Amino acid sequence: MSALQIKKGSNKHSAYNLRPNFSDVSEKHTLAVLVDNEAGVLARVIGLFSGRGYNIDSLTVAEVDHAGHRSRITIVTTGTPQVIEQIKAQLGRIVPVHEVHDLTVEGASVERELALLKVEGEGDKRVEALRLADIFRANVVDSTLTSFVFEITGTPGKIDAFADLMRPLGLTEVARTGVAALSRGL
Amino acid sequence: MTRQMTGAKMVVQALRDQGVDVVFGYPGGAVLPIYDEIFQQNDIKHVLVRHEQGAVHAAEGYARSTGKVGVALVTSGPGATNAVTGLTDALMDSIPIVVLSGQVPTFMIGNDAFQEADTVGITRPCTKHNWLVKETENLSATLHEAFHVASTGRPGPVLVDLPKDVQFASASYTPKREVTVSHYQPQIKGDMEEITELVAAIEKAKRPVFYTGGGVINSGKAACQLLRELVDATGFPITSTLMGLGAYPASGENWLGMLGMHGLYEANMAMHDCDLMINIGARFDDRITGLVSAFSPKSIKAHIDIDPSSINKVIKADIPIVGDVGHVLEDILKVWKARGRKTDKASVAKWQAQVSDWRKVDCLAFKQDGKVIKPQYALERLEALTKDMDRYVCTEVGQHQMWAAQFLGFEDPNRWMTSGGLGTMGYGIPASIGAQMAHPDSLVINVAGEASWLMNMQEMGTAMQFRLPVKQFILNNERLGMVRQWQELLHGERYSHSWSESLPDFVKLAEAFGCKGIRCDNPDDLDEAIKEMLAYDGPVIFDCLVEKHENCFPMIPSGAAHNKMLMGEASTKGAIKAGGAVMV
Ligand SMILES: Cc1ncc(C[n+]2csc(CCOP(=O)(O)OP(=O)(O)O)c2C)c(N)n1
Ligand SMILES: [Mg+2]
Repeated sequence: MSALQIKKGSNKHSAYNLRPNFSDVSEKHTLAVLVDNEAGVLARVIGLFSGRGYNIDSLTVAEVDHAGHRSRITIVTTGTPQVIEQIKAQLGRIVPVHEVHDLTVEGASVERELALLKVEGEGDKRVEALRLADIFRANVVDSTLTSFVFEITGTPGKIDAFADLMRPLGLTEVARTGVAALSRGL
Repeated sequence: MTRQMTGAKMVVQALRDQGVDVVFGYPGGAVLPIYDEIFQQNDIKHVLVRHEQGAVHAAEGYARSTGKVGVALVTSGPGATNAVTGLTDALMDSIPIVVLSGQVPTFMIGNDAFQEADTVGITRPCTKHNWLVKETENLSATLHEAFHVASTGRPGPVLVDLPKDVQFASASYTPKREVTVSHYQPQIKGDMEEITELVAAIEKAKRPVFYTGGGVINSGKAACQLLRELVDATGFPITSTLMGLGAYPASGENWLGMLGMHGLYEANMAMHDCDLMINIGARFDDRITGLVSAFSPKSIKAHIDIDPSSINKVIKADIPIVGDVGHVLEDILKVWKARGRKTDKASVAKWQAQVSDWRKVDCLAFKQDGKVIKPQYALERLEALTKDMDRYVCTEVGQHQMWAAQFLGFEDPNRWMTSGGLGTMGYGIPASIGAQMAHPDSLVINVAGEASWLMNMQEMGTAMQFRLPVKQFILNNERLGMVRQWQELLHGERYSHSWSESLPDFVKLAEAFGCKGIRCDNPDDLDEAIKEMLAYDGPVIFDCLVEKHENCFPMIPSGAAHNKMLMGEASTKGAIKAGGAVMV
């Protein structure tokens, strides 16, 4: 406490800094950014990240309100708390950005990703792949006598785990959508 | 009421609707329809520059000296790419300008057409926002939105790219008042709880300092007035960044002078030792903070800024207030008065005494002896002979810029135009043209270095054509002085390419442009020469030959703390460690 009776770094009323003190430890945050779906808006968001040296772990975008031409961009990013605060403030500055939500700090949220995985193989490996797919609730969306394409949805961690298991069984290609996320409850 | 008209006509109509009276521009194939419309009207004056960079800086000079939005018009391709430096400059310094660029017709975009450039792509990172208008129906609304975005919130440059077919096609014009309200409406009022917390801190502070920046000037004249009221009522010392000079008068009792890398000793010491720092519209730029970890270690920091991203970007704010400076200051004053106008008078008096002691160090002292003009002396005389005039000052970038900030006093906002954030050599001449266009009867001086001045000297042609009596006061040290200073202090006196060879004869150059040239190399003749410059009714190029090896002090080397200022030649020996040389 200083002579002024203000705890340094308290910030208790600020909407821009919800936590008392910035640490140097990197955190993963999922941001939902609502934007006007106009030409160049994605370039603005991506340019912000590359221009200021922020990380993008995953990014998805699609128009979610066709009448209002509003798109939702879901960005998973990693940074120290100070960097995360900056990212949010910088996103908020982009003119066609309407809302920025940090799903990681604004309460519980659900995150899902969809992936397609091609597994090639014969005999036992093929059977094992099918068995594991069943456990992971992955669907077969294409098959030949020597290959499957599995469709799986889940958290990025679940998809990672499934891909790790498929690798020795003949995994040849993976396509992932990146994370889509929503806050839980009302 | 809506009216059918061509896109080109809409451009002129929208400018009229926005109260624009002057446009700085340069024509080319992709903007010919707009130039045709400009030809057929008299409301908007067009100033033909000599290079598009000049157009943008002139628009900046106009904007900074008036508080209004500046406008530039350029053609596609090279016209637009030439505008990039000016846009970046305006972005860094938060200057509201609208740049209109021509573009190849929509059906040719993407074909590498003649003079096609991806203008919105190139300018996306150097504008606050930009638009490519693909339909004439959207043109007028987009132009009004452009003015709104440029001037609302933290001001900045915007660009509207106008394909030629969009200029030719007709649609109905939407007047300004009928445009639907933009969702872009930044927060203006500060949070009352934070404001009250700041007032409580003001009441208790023992060693307070106001640290103000360009945001106060951007907020407007009323904000500057409120700042003066608050500073004078509390008696707290006040310093300012390069960008904020004039918000509080230099003759004011509590004025510390500029702070930062070449700021005054008393200002930097007050920043370092204060217990309450009230940042109003400044952004903790690295030229201000020096070594961040050693920045003002004992203070509570309040930060008032309209841009939330400025807060906690560099320095953590203990009392963050997002809002417009004018509105926040009004609320601070209201709350502070309502709570009984309290300050810790005894402690503040002691602090003021400390500040007076620092002032006695006389950090700007220099000795004018001998027959060579010291640059500081030249500015001291310029100040003495012009300070009571209706004066606007622009600068280029380098030592002369820092000396100008140190030795010239500004009593009012919007009187000082300099490239702060980007440090753009070549800014000064076009900026002086923009300022003179806005204030035809005032004295407009560009304090220049000879190297910077050459970067946009073609604009003297513009000054001549439009009878703009700008005074180009060149402190000619035949050196890239600031670069030379860094090489002396940081690179073992190896002066790699930091002198100006083959300089033109500036007096003959003036004659070639048809204006007046004056050369002065003797301190005894200086006053007369300056008076001659001031008396001349037209542009003047003043070649002031100054000491070639003078260094600008005080100086906080990059990456050093505020209280580690270099005060003069004697203090520089071995003062900068190798690590400091890495910083810019
Ligand atoms: C466009 C641009 N290029 C390079 C620089 C780097 N730079 C900063 S100051 C300076 C020297 C300026 O020389 P001059 O205009 O003569 O001013 P002086 O420092 O001698 O007063 C240079 C090259 C810059 N700021 N801007
Ligand atoms: Mg020079």
